[in-house]
Amino acid sequence: MKNRIVDHPVLGKLTAKKPIKFVFDNQEYLGFEGDTIASALLAYGIRTLRVHEASNEPRGIYCNIGHCFECRVTVDNQEGMRACLTPIENNMSIESGKVQAQPFKNKQPRTYADFKKNKAGDLDV
Amino acid sequence: MYDVLIVGAGPSGLAAGIASRENGLNVKIIDEFPEAGGRLLGQLHEEPSGEWWNGIKETKKLLDQAEALDVDISCQISVYHIEKLDDSFITHTSEGEFASKTVLIATGAAETAAPIPGWTLPGVMSIGAAQVMTNVHRVRVGNKGIVVGVNVLSAAITRELQLAGVDVHSMALPAMNIVNQDEAHPDKVMENLVRIAHLAPSLFIRFGSNFAKIGLIRKLVVKFFPKKGIKMWDMPIHLRKAVLEINGTDKVESVTMGTVSSTGKLIKGSEVTVPVDFVCIAGGLYPLAELAAVVGCPFRYIDELGGHVPVHNEQMETPISGVYVSGNITGIESAKVARAQGTVAGLSISAALVKKNKKIKKQLNKAIKEVEKTRKDASIQFHPKIDEGREKIHQAFKEA
Repeated sequence: MKNRIVDHPVLGKLTAKKPIKFVFDNQEYLGFEGDTIASALLAYGIRTLRVHEASNEPRGIYCNIGHCFECRVTVDNQEGMRACLTPIENNMSIESGKVQAQPFKNKQPRTYADFKKNKAGDLDV
Repeated sequence: MYDVLIVGAGPSGLAAGIASRENGLNVKIIDEFPEAGGRLLGQLHEEPSGEWWNGIKETKKLLDQAEALDVDISCQISVYHIEKLDDSFITHTSEGEFASKTVLIATGAAETAAPIPGWTLPGVMSIGAAQVMTNVHRVRVGNKGIVVGVNVLSAAITRELQLAGVDVHSMALPAMNIVNQDEAHPDKVMENLVRIAHLAPSLFIRFGSNFAKIGLIRKLVVKFFPKKGIKMWDMPIHLRKAVLEINGTDKVESVTMGTVSSTGKLIKGSEVTVPVDFVCIAGGLYPLAELAAVVGCPFRYIDELGGHVPVHNEQMETPISGVYVSGNITGIESAKVARAQGTVAGLSISAALVKKNKKIKKQLNKAIKEVEKTRKDASIQFHPKIDEGREKIHQAFKEA
């Protein structure tokens, strides 16, 4: 937890809080009570929480207040949980968002008009 | 059925909960974040009086009061719809439905997204995200960063990052694009910056700010703005440099910075690479008002208040009977104003639901005056014409 702010000139020393053990992508980490998944991981310098489902580009927190949905992860098999709003719990298992197969990418028409064009051989897909 | 369901446990929602509970109402406050306090939690700045405004302590004061009155607060509940029935409301949430006679929407504000190339890289975050990480979770967001966007909020939070020992290279403007015209225009940014200059313990900017209030001189200040920027809290603030792009493969590695003219145009060939490992984007705040929209509130766009705001009056009533609003959803102002407005909303709801309400009405009038006083005394003014904005929205209520 190299990125913890232990001493603060105004807020004072970080008071001892209950440690919480959790797992992220099959590796064990320690956080404190009051941490969200995002803050507990950032304390270890972990910023990439998922990759874009189609482009495979890395993504991390952006707004940190639940609005942008950039930090969604899978928590105990539940997909789409916002890391910035979800408190860590003991033995919680978190998985980063992975790239998804794109079986229909550029292969299937998206609308009926496309379908008709495709049949006529006009659609450039 | 609750007398009032309050959405948002920030300074406004909590103050409203306290005021309505004091009058015996059956109150419930819900919030999406794991702890109560809203954006007040992260706030930390030195007032011109030399006193520190500590959001965690201010939140605790409100929570202690709420607890003493047995106010029911539940966190980690997301609201996605409010439905109006004949004489009541059903609030639909991630934890089921809540029925109430009235609702207070105190959802606060959100940050305007200000995209620049490379902004999806891990390590780029909104300035508010950095504030919560630093002051609430006590986690450093990086080792050396840059703040893109110079405004009241970003200056205050950059100072907070410095206090926590985080190295900030500088604050600079975003490169001008079709969505950020004003935020990328040095003269317009200067216009806003002079309003917070009194918070900076730097004689130079104070000296400059008194003169810079005059339009023509402000233009000259921008024109001759030093190349190295002016220093506030020993860190350069650039009005003539803009961040063009954020670079990196899997995370932030650097930004490309260039010199801009006094109207924000890039001077070709001035681009340099600045190594940083995090970037905070500050696009300013706007009222978070979707729930007021789904329940059917009419809206007005009022620039002085920060964007689209639900129509309301000084009593925090909307034209929809039983729907109240308070805090930053009514316009971007300080947490102190939001808290004072919350008290008004709580008393207003009490006056509507309690039969013997003569005393409550008296308290309500006093609370409304307190909002005005708090606004006048505010050390951080988010918009110079806030009073005009307030007048406009109250007029809209009379016409509704």
